[in-house]
Amino acid sequence: MKEVTGSEALLLSIINEGVDTIFGYPGGTIIPVYNSLYDYKNQLNHILMRHEQGATHAAQGYARVSGKVGVCFVTSGPGVTNTITGIGDAMIDSTPMVVVTGQVGTSALGTDAFQEIDVIGITSPITKWSYQIRRAEDIAWAVARAFYIARSGRPGPVVLDFTKNAQLETVNFEPKKCNFIRSYQPIPDINNDKIKLAAEAINNAKKPFALVGQGVTLGNAEKELKQFLEKADIPAAFTLLGESAMETDYPLNRGMLGMHGNVAPNMKTNECDVLIAIGMRFDDRVTGNTATYARQAKIIHFDIDPSEISKNVKADISVLGNVKDTLPLVTNLLNKNSHREWIASFDEYDKKEYEKVISKELETKTGDLKMGEVVRAISDAVDSSAVLVTDVGQNQMMAARYFKFRQNRSMITSGGLGTMGFGIPAAVGAKLAVPSRTVCLFCGDGGFQMTMQELGTIMQGEIGVKIILLDNEWLGMVRQLQELFCEKRYSATKMKNPDFCEIAKAYGIKSCRVTTREELAQGVKEMFADDKAYVLVANVEKSGLVLPMTPAGTDVTNILLE
Amino acid sequence: MEKKLYTITVFSENTPGLLNQITIVFTRRQLNIETLSVSPSSIEGIHKFTISVYCDADMIEKVIKQIDKRIDVIKAYYNVDEELVYQEIALYKVSTEDLLDSKLESIIRKYNARILEVDRVYTIIEMTGHTEETQQLFEELNKFNVLQFVRSGRISITKSPIEQLNDYLDKREIRRKEIEGK
Repeated sequence: MKEVTGSEALLLSIINEGVDTIFGYPGGTIIPVYNSLYDYKNQLNHILMRHEQGATHAAQGYARVSGKVGVCFVTSGPGVTNTITGIGDAMIDSTPMVVVTGQVGTSALGTDAFQEIDVIGITSPITKWSYQIRRAEDIAWAVARAFYIARSGRPGPVVLDFTKNAQLETVNFEPKKCNFIRSYQPIPDINNDKIKLAAEAINNAKKPFALVGQGVTLGNAEKELKQFLEKADIPAAFTLLGESAMETDYPLNRGMLGMHGNVAPNMKTNECDVLIAIGMRFDDRVTGNTATYARQAKIIHFDIDPSEISKNVKADISVLGNVKDTLPLVTNLLNKNSHREWIASFDEYDKKEYEKVISKELETKTGDLKMGEVVRAISDAVDSSAVLVTDVGQNQMMAARYFKFRQNRSMITSGGLGTMGFGIPAAVGAKLAVPSRTVCLFCGDGGFQMTMQELGTIMQGEIGVKIILLDNEWLGMVRQLQELFCEKRYSATKMKNPDFCEIAKAYGIKSCRVTTREELAQGVKEMFADDKAYVLVANVEKSGLVLPMTPAGTDVTNILLE
Repeated sequence: MEKKLYTITVFSENTPGLLNQITIVFTRRQLNIETLSVSPSSIEGIHKFTISVYCDADMIEKVIKQIDKRIDVIKAYYNVDEELVYQEIALYKVSTEDLLDSKLESIIRKYNARILEVDRVYTIIEMTGHTEETQQLFEELNKFNVLQFVRSGRISITKSPIEQLNDYLDKREIRRKEIEGK
């Protein structure tokens, strides 16, 4: 026990949770915490972002790469409202994060005081838990509970609204640990009957097909997944967030699912006889029209969250639990099997996609640069071993399609919420989590300008992220939809852009703009010549389309190839 | 799919803002809450919410799981009317002058309602029962003009011999001991 202020108690509590990095932005009501932070500079590395939204995305990038809880400090009022996008993003993408928000003193609560806002009311729908700390005595308990909730079960964001009086009061402090909450069961009990039913269905399957989601990554179950797939010889495909759970060239990895995924896995969804969903939630971007989705197949759904079972697609067999535990139990009961013919039947679709789409994207030697070829050039330059961060839009889909992976936890993107502007700050967080790895960010000219103030964070922190800006002077994904579905009525999608190289220069970041294939090769070489930050602006074709494409709400097999 | 009335029972820790967390689930699913009743349960520190809602069988499953997912919710269940004994309470204010009318007396007898308070000007009548029953009484009384009328949310007790909450709490207590014993 020692007597400390509430703000010091907060710092001691988060240090006790193993935190060493904080992303934040100070302001009036969080000043006592920042004042205490001055004394803990050696233990807590505070990254001063340029906007609170950036702080949340940086914490997300940090959490997604490291598996640790990302932490943000922000002030009350606008400080909090600026974090809402990041909190919502973390909620829908199951990212562990604790956001500490300053709040006016308890005596001023509810009075419309300066920079007061109803934080709990606003954040309740988009957090796993939000709690207002009104007394210094509650800090140790609340922080321990916040971290336990954020990281356990299906991870997610937690908000601690920290009133100013609680920051200033003194308290006899001793850190607490939390590993049990009566009303919260993070991992559901395993039902052995369901394990048996699942194994039996897979053993009887002639055409089994596995869908790999982020649950595999969150459960650190990459090894268990492979043992499962290999024993019964099951082809697999991944969701956007499940990418990098299997390396790109893993033989049973047959590509990406969904609207801009690969042709074979989408077609095979409606041909398989047993569909095995592993830690994924049947998002509409994966399923298209659910009324015609995998109707022929028996559906087995592995998930940690009971509320995901039969939420979007009705499961015939649900296997609740952490896939790290449930997959091996099923694997034990599987017969060693071979499905060579079934797996080989994917090739025909792969060949068609290669001819119609991939070859055009990667092997065109004349004309404007293609987005896909820029992505592949970077991926090859880093020997498929970098962390990929994306923004949202065409850049994201192209990066997901053409970037290659060898390591897990290497794909950082805003999946569920689709947050433009996610990229730059998330890359900052990712790089800080794994300084020894190369972090490559792909973004478009639209998303770059939503959070480009974070170049200041990169400059100040000397954070060596490699930014590849695919510049087509359009909001490309919306332009694509307008071209295909709005009779080319390009409403509010043309962009007049600044000179991005001059902007990078203003922040002391090296950059180049490339237009030809020779310049691209030269630019890539220069970018990776050292570990410093770099902005490579690629002038890509103006009217590039992300293909294949399954239009929203249509059947998963309704795939446009050109 | 056929819509019917489901009664949801939620047991929660007594934390501020819990009601908001529960109602968010209904708002997002565009469901109207028909009735709502909140009170401390028989177990100290545990609050009980009884909510009735019209929806289909698929939807009630999803709603229950999403309510159950909230951290401070201990457990959420749902039942259909056949599985429950349930009541609502209704209060009616009529003018005392009307009460002197003999017809009104026979109505009160017929519905087994009771008189709570008689003032020179007004009389308060109380009736417990199902919605249709209290509604019928309202319609009969209203022939003489009901000055005020209020009906509570439904409260209910399951007919099942299994007390699900107690079983769940016992299970959690065992788990707590396992974790803390480690």
